[in-house]
Amino acid sequence: MKRYFSRKVFIYILTFFLAVTIDWLVPRFMPGNPVQNMLSRASIQSDAAEVMRGYYTKAFGLDVPLWQQYLNFWQAIFHGDLGVSVYMFPEKVTNVIFRAVPYDLALLVPSVLLSWIAGNKFGAFAARSRWLDNTILPITYLLRATPYMWLAILMAWSLGIVWGIFPISGAYSFSMQPSFSFAFLVSFLRHWFLPFASLFIVQFGGWAIGMRNMIIYELEEDYSHYLESLGAPRSLVRKYAFRNAMLPQITGLALRLGQVVAGALATEIVFSYPGIGYLLLQAINNQDYFLIQGCFLFIVIGVLLANFIIDVVYVIVDPRTRQGMEGT
Amino acid sequence: MEPPQSKEKNEFFYFALRNNKLVIGLIVVFFFLVFAIIGPFLTEHDLNERAGPRNQPPSAEYWFGTTTFGQDVFTQFVYGLRAAFIVGLVGGGLATIVGMMVGFFAGYHGGMVDELLNMLTNTVITIPKLAVLLVIAAYLTVRGVIHESIVIGLWSWPWAARAVRSQTFSLKSRNFIDMARMTGMSSMKIIWTEIAPNMMSYLFMTFVLQFGGAVLAAATLDFIGLGPTEGISLGLMMQHSFNWSAIQLGIWWWFVPPGAALALLVGAMYLMNVGLDEVFNPKLRER
Amino acid sequence: MALKTDDLRVYYQTLKGDVKALDGASFTLEDGEIMGLAGESGCGKSTLAKSLILLKPPMKYVEGRVRLDGEELPIWDDEKMNSFRYKNVSIIPQYAMNAMNPTRKIGKMVKELLKSRGISPGEKRDELEHRLDLVDLTRDVLSMYPIELSGGMKQRMVMVISSLLDPSLLMADEITSALDVSTQKAVSEMLVEFRDKDFIKSLIFITHDISILYQIADSITVMYAGKLVERAPTEEITGRPLHPYTKLLISSLPKIGAKYTEEKLEGIPGKPPELLEPPEGCRFKNRCPKKEEECDEEPPFREVSPGHKVACWKVKKDVS
Repeated sequence: MKRYFSRKVFIYILTFFLAVTIDWLVPRFMPGNPVQNMLSRASIQSDAAEVMRGYYTKAFGLDVPLWQQYLNFWQAIFHGDLGVSVYMFPEKVTNVIFRAVPYDLALLVPSVLLSWIAGNKFGAFAARSRWLDNTILPITYLLRATPYMWLAILMAWSLGIVWGIFPISGAYSFSMQPSFSFAFLVSFLRHWFLPFASLFIVQFGGWAIGMRNMIIYELEEDYSHYLESLGAPRSLVRKYAFRNAMLPQITGLALRLGQVVAGALATEIVFSYPGIGYLLLQAINNQDYFLIQGCFLFIVIGVLLANFIIDVVYVIVDPRTRQGMEGT
Repeated sequence: MEPPQSKEKNEFFYFALRNNKLVIGLIVVFFFLVFAIIGPFLTEHDLNERAGPRNQPPSAEYWFGTTTFGQDVFTQFVYGLRAAFIVGLVGGGLATIVGMMVGFFAGYHGGMVDELLNMLTNTVITIPKLAVLLVIAAYLTVRGVIHESIVIGLWSWPWAARAVRSQTFSLKSRNFIDMARMTGMSSMKIIWTEIAPNMMSYLFMTFVLQFGGAVLAAATLDFIGLGPTEGISLGLMMQHSFNWSAIQLGIWWWFVPPGAALALLVGAMYLMNVGLDEVFNPKLRER
Repeated sequence: MALKTDDLRVYYQTLKGDVKALDGASFTLEDGEIMGLAGESGCGKSTLAKSLILLKPPMKYVEGRVRLDGEELPIWDDEKMNSFRYKNVSIIPQYAMNAMNPTRKIGKMVKELLKSRGISPGEKRDELEHRLDLVDLTRDVLSMYPIELSGGMKQRMVMVISSLLDPSLLMADEITSALDVSTQKAVSEMLVEFRDKDFIKSLIFITHDISILYQIADSITVMYAGKLVERAPTEEITGRPLHPYTKLLISSLPKIGAKYTEEKLEGIPGKPPELLEPPEGCRFKNRCPKKEEECDEEPPFREVSPGHKVACWKVKKDVS
């Protein structure tokens, strides 16, 4: 188990290292001058522009040797300094991002967990049922292939505009200030529902299909046949197969997080939901490179943390990892 | 005893043609492919030209309607479909090839080579692909469909590498590899003459998945606003419609076709993948 | 008598047609008998075992009846068969190494299995521990996962599980093939002990390694290409084999412990016929040194001396 964890943690450190390096490398080795781009595109007053020019030239540190720039970059990261946002000048990138993160969590955590549970249950239920396999499962293939933003757009259009049931923009009514009142909570939930639902539905399709295929493999495993030979009822055979099919699905969750996060970014854009995705769109439109880079690092850190949590859960549920025999 | 396994080709076709998933998937993909190839010849409009009145719903003249700028949606759609196939073939193909090489070498050599390559694979797979693409694309001032495909392909290979690696491991343990090694074949030669042919079916399935993944990744990137700076794609169509308030104005013909085509095309790819799996792996066939 | 099968036919369904893997097996097994079932791989011996307990597609029941302790075994009916499984008929499968759920502690798995068959695990607890002692397993194995056990330990654990409900008939399918020679012997002797202690009434011991049967089996049945070719008490068949195939099988045995694995037996030219469309008449005729015209007709499986049955035209002449 120690070996399992130390390997995993090593990979995570390596991943973080690579991510920071990419974050540093890209602006320096891409064609064009980011400082110039930023200042020419950003519409700000001239005195502010001068302050920013000085700041950015220094921040990109183009006057010192490359290795020095690289070390400085790391140093800044350990001090939590990701630069200053152009779009929200002169706010720090970290502050801007910290304000957005709770909205991401509000969408991602419930949609990931609920779709994982519901999708797996449904997939297991549908497996080896000829009727469901031919009716509902083909739809889930479509769901898995549906671009997140398209489903979001369809839901916004049909439920938001045509039927007018849900609001389609923002995290709460523009006329309100965040508070712990009942009215605010209702407004928040109403705004939250559509982005959550569209994320949930697409992920649900993926898990259902994954589980359906996995459980069919498990039902053909030797231990399943042995139970059947000893007359164990279908319910017990299925229960074991389901439990064992869940394990690869947990790993699958870790592997798919990146896609889900990407989906969430696009969904937030559709609903103008003030998470990191919406922030990114503003950053891109305003050529706010520090904010883009900051969002990138935050996404990577978030995914790494989630991966670590999933690893811990995996060790708890799969005895094989505890015996020092990795399943991978 | 097990029933005798006949490995004849006609058995493959027997199951392939009777596998609904595979057949339906193939038909849909083929339909879109034909559409992408001949579609541009069916329209007399240019991509961005003002072809007619604004915001026209679908009609005999404008099959998929027109945009807020009076552009013909059908024209954009068929060119966007072409872009999707290019991204799928180039991005998916590149990812499969790079993944195949990494996976083969890792699985075949084992030991240190495997440790290192596996570490690299796990590292790259953990960083969300879209996040990297975002950072790279943000700094590129001129972007084309091909650039986009290459960047996507270069960041998607870990999935293929993992799959190929485990397959190589299991194939390696079989006798014929030892036989080849004893006759003094070089590792490259063993890989190409002994391992690769055994994995063709598997590689093809990997490619099918990578194709779908690349198309979806490109669409998301395009929608966020980092797509090709010239030309059109299905993702760009959705971005444009969204930016010009097609949702609020109810111009559904602008955003429904590109997303539907993406979902159907990629969904058909996934369906094909499962169908192929069932054909190659008798245990999974329907009872 | 414990088991009686009558003209049992079970085919495998394939695209090209039915593979006649078990084509008319009639034999009886006495109470307390250990029957060795030998033959090359693909001769139908595992099919016989599987069809007596879990007959699932692509296997297909064609005809024949099976009676166990005077009661009809509804092997063609998966549902009805369930009440007989484990309690009356049980199996130690070929894949014993992977037979236990890898993510359940063994004790827990056994508990859940017993409960699912309507048996209180508490009642069986002492018996379970007693049998673990018999096969030299410590009681801790119950709180272990299968992956923590060695191959031999897993094999013995599966033996204990499969025989826990004292089935009338136990089938051991190639259980020794994955083990080394000394473990093979130990495991086989434990099964004999299970019979001696009346845990099981009778045992069908399937193997391609006929030499192991000398030590444990009361009788030996030889199969060839889906048919029974000879059946006799062990001393009789080893001392006086009658069927040309049995003769070759036994004479080509260099020493104890030799194995006949894949494909063909050394010393017997040719290979078994295709079972999709087997040749008319005796299925061994194309490899048989004594082949004559009459072999184109199917030889009956008949008793040539008390307890000695054989399916060969030539034998009938020799004896009478």
